[in-house]
Amino acid sequence: MIEFEHVTKRYGASAVVENLSLAVAGGEFCVIIGTSGAGKSTALKMINQLVSPSEGRVRVNGEDVRLAPPAALRRRIGYVIQSIGLFPHWTVARNIGAVPELIGWSKRRIRARAAELLTLLKLAPDAFLDRYPHELSVGQQQRVGIARALAADQDILLMDEPFGALDPITREALQAEIAEIQRASRKTVVFVTHDMDEALRLGSRIAVMDRGRLVQAATPLELLTAPASDFVRDLVGRDDLGVKLLGLATVASRLRAGVPAPGEPIAAGASLRRALSRMVAEGRDRLGVVDGDGRPLGAIHLADLLRR
Amino acid sequence: MVRNRVLLVLLLAGLLAAPSLAFLTLAPNRLVSGAPISLGAALHGEALILLLPAVLLALGVFLPQRRALHALTAAAAAGFLLLLVRLAGSEAALLAQTAPPVARISLGGAFWVLLIIAALALSDALRRLAVPAPAGVLLGAVVVGALGLLLLSGALDSLAIVREYAARRTAFAAAILRHAAMVALALLPTVLLGLPLGVLARRREALAAWLFPLLNVVQTIPSIALFGVLLAPLSGLAGHFPALARFGIGGVGVLPAVIALILYALLPVTRNTSEGLAGVSPAALEAGRGLGMTPRQLLWRVELPLALPVILSGLRIAALQTIGLAAVAALIGAGGLGAIMFQGLFADALDLVLLGVLPIILMALAANVLFDLGLGRLRRLRR
Repeated sequence: MIEFEHVTKRYGASAVVENLSLAVAGGEFCVIIGTSGAGKSTALKMINQLVSPSEGRVRVNGEDVRLAPPAALRRRIGYVIQSIGLFPHWTVARNIGAVPELIGWSKRRIRARAAELLTLLKLAPDAFLDRYPHELSVGQQQRVGIARALAADQDILLMDEPFGALDPITREALQAEIAEIQRASRKTVVFVTHDMDEALRLGSRIAVMDRGRLVQAATPLELLTAPASDFVRDLVGRDDLGVKLLGLATVASRLRAGVPAPGEPIAAGASLRRALSRMVAEGRDRLGVVDGDGRPLGAIHLADLLRR
Repeated sequence: MVRNRVLLVLLLAGLLAAPSLAFLTLAPNRLVSGAPISLGAALHGEALILLLPAVLLALGVFLPQRRALHALTAAAAAGFLLLLVRLAGSEAALLAQTAPPVARISLGGAFWVLLIIAALALSDALRRLAVPAPAGVLLGAVVVGALGLLLLSGALDSLAIVREYAARRTAFAAAILRHAAMVALALLPTVLLGLPLGVLARRREALAAWLFPLLNVVQTIPSIALFGVLLAPLSGLAGHFPALARFGIGGVGVLPAVIALILYALLPVTRNTSEGLAGVSPAALEAGRGLGMTPRQLLWRVELPLALPVILSGLRIAALQTIGLAAVAALIGAGGLGAIMFQGLFADALDLVLLGVLPIILMALAANVLFDLGLGRLRRLRR
């Protein structure tokens, strides 16, 4: 549980964050989005005291963050940054074990944990534990960066534009993995980005910031259907609003159970946006739907996409 | 067809120096300048074997460059170097038979040029062979060891520099020890003081703003002047507290010399520490802080290890500079190899000067090699 209470951060005369009040519930995936200079990164860093508020208060699990020693506070909060920041003189294993080492885990326990996390992030432990960061691709490095932030199994994970420097394919893969990790662990995640597709894909709630102020904090659906201002409307994008809406729901939610359909089927877990794309590309108005194991469930028709 | 230009240049320089400079000089006594004896005059009888490695080196210029050829070139260069020294010794012994006992047979320009050319050819061949650094050092040590054996065998006894050495055997050993002790006494406090100062200077701009200009000014003071500047306060101190003088604290001697050496060595150590820390990637620093390292943990686990190569290069500069400057300290009675060097300078005895200077050069080379090995190891660990 993270609470911002009337938080303002000033550098000199200019306020980077102004009167921010926002509560992130436990287990929530909260995405803070805004254009560059909106103050989203500064807001994030006030949670783990890398930045101290000029006014107001930030509380983590009810406790004012300024009352805890900064180092102790930060060890209880996972942290991933865009520039990754692996320690170049340490192996992957030691990098992942940075926080466990600080809080006194045994060597064996740290190594076992590092191997477990590498597996979770789809890197083979035997091949990667003893490599150095410079031997890894940028995508692999950020996987290690995420593993490092998860190492001590903290309840809270802060991610500051973690996928900003990755190529689209790697970014998408890591988005899927972090979504899955959050779903499975129920961690509280605060995730900063300027990419609306990323925000819609990951966030259970999205906080839009503009020039230091919180403009709207809402679920993806609310953000798309009831934007609070023209700024939010522009940020969401007016042209492909419908497609983005389709991206929020799965094929399973519009399934016609038991109805057969010809041709290559689509997975029930795929988004409606993907279903539409397939129909347009293949010139068909219906697709068969199968479950994760390929068993047929029914069909989805073009008209179903318009149902609310 | 020229296939190895480095070797060609070295050979041409040798061909130019050998006939135009003296190989040895023969002076009836210390006060008279010597008559030159050319390499050609010394090359007779079994000494002609020196031409064999020379021809092999020449082949190395033109033959296809293979590993075997580089190995042959290295062997030829080492052989040439040892045979050259042996030839100087044997020719000097021959000359000594007919010369008066006070005559001085000194090493001439051609000897030194050829010696350096042989050493350069050797190191170039080892580089082309891509010999790993520790093995290269070992090979260098073997060559130096062979030279030492040559010296011990008495083959070089007629050379003036060896005679000067024989006349001051104990003083020479003491001078080397004193020199090394002065370097150690200066470097240890430099590191203990310079590392924390460098860290502090990186943390506090106010400190860096006056510390580095001050240390820079110290660097520009000529060493003799700095020794002089220290002379007054320290002798004053010893005058006020005679007890101090009994511990060797005074205007002259080792203490002012060591203080001056520390003042000179502080700049490279402090500046490189500070610059090394400044070069640590901001991402690693942010990650370290964000993960929950205290400032002290961040310093020891992240900042200092990452700055270590730059800090070590600063230490290397400090060490080489101190080894050289310690020679000047002899002027204020600190002793060391500088004392032998100045004795030779004042007596116009070039061989005595060399006796003081050669160990200083060897010491500096050895220190340089040690730092190279350390830095190379570090790089292999990191990269």
